[in-house]
Amino acid sequence: MKFGIIVFPGSNCDRDCLWAVEEMKQKGEFVWHDSKSVANYDALILPGGFSYGDYLRSGAIARFARVMDSVKTFADKGKPVIGICNGFQILLEAGLLPGAMLTNKTLKFICKYVNLSVENNTSPFTNKCEKGQILRVPIAHKEGNYFCDDTLLETLLANKQVAFRYCDEKGKINAETNPNGAVYNIAGITNKKGNVLGLMPHPERAMKETLGSTDGKIIFESVISYLKKR
Amino acid sequence: MPKAKIYVTFKDGVLDPQGTTVKRALDKMGYKNIEEVMIGKYIEVQIKGTDKKQIEKEIDEICDKLLANPNIEKYTFKVE
Repeated sequence: MKFGIIVFPGSNCDRDCLWAVEEMKQKGEFVWHDSKSVANYDALILPGGFSYGDYLRSGAIARFARVMDSVKTFADKGKPVIGICNGFQILLEAGLLPGAMLTNKTLKFICKYVNLSVENNTSPFTNKCEKGQILRVPIAHKEGNYFCDDTLLETLLANKQVAFRYCDEKGKINAETNPNGAVYNIAGITNKKGNVLGLMPHPERAMKETLGSTDGKIIFESVISYLKKR
Repeated sequence: MPKAKIYVTFKDGVLDPQGTTVKRALDKMGYKNIEEVMIGKYIEVQIKGTDKKQIEKEIDEICDKLLANPNIEKYTFKVE
């Protein structure tokens, strides 16, 4: 399987994502933001970082990069696209995922391990997980406070688009286990079709025991398994 | 050259953590009359042209496409 990792000016998790893909014994390549085509990849990753300095709003300028037209076409074909952290913010700004990001309720940049509850284990990104499985994966962001209105939240729930929610180590979900103020403790969502995932936590940073967790691997394993069956 | 003065603010019902924090600071400073603080963005755009209607149309378009995120923000502007 070949993963394309989109590199914007200011991306800084691109190398980590490539390393994670190679750690899973898959091929990965960087794709410059000015590229015209992404057709020869099986899956795409929009990595974390600070594309265009986070000017105006996180992801607001990156969504107009030339490569984004082909990312849209790629997603429309039902192929898997993962946006991690800044990548999630870009997918929201581009309208590939619904909702928007606000500044963390604490106004602080939060960099720490959190626990995620797998809410939907039927997506291409979670099919190897048990429903309710708890994943320990780090977050590192200042604009990760996911916002949607009540109507959109109802739609997300009805379509099983909520992929991950912030919880404690036992799976308890409440205001105390919500690091950034996100609506419904949302840490990650998919589009309606299920082939586009955005998540604030960094699975590519949880691939080895020495990093503190290997729970990020299951997301990559799920995508690879999905692609093999496709 | 005409100049557009653009204000981007949060829509009603959207949490504004910066505004809330500044409000709390003002409370602590003893300003008892402060009801609410909202922090938004102010943007100035210099734009070529003489047709005010056309300029307003263009500014409205760039606000909608880039300067504001309609999911969470609203905007107003005046062209001078």
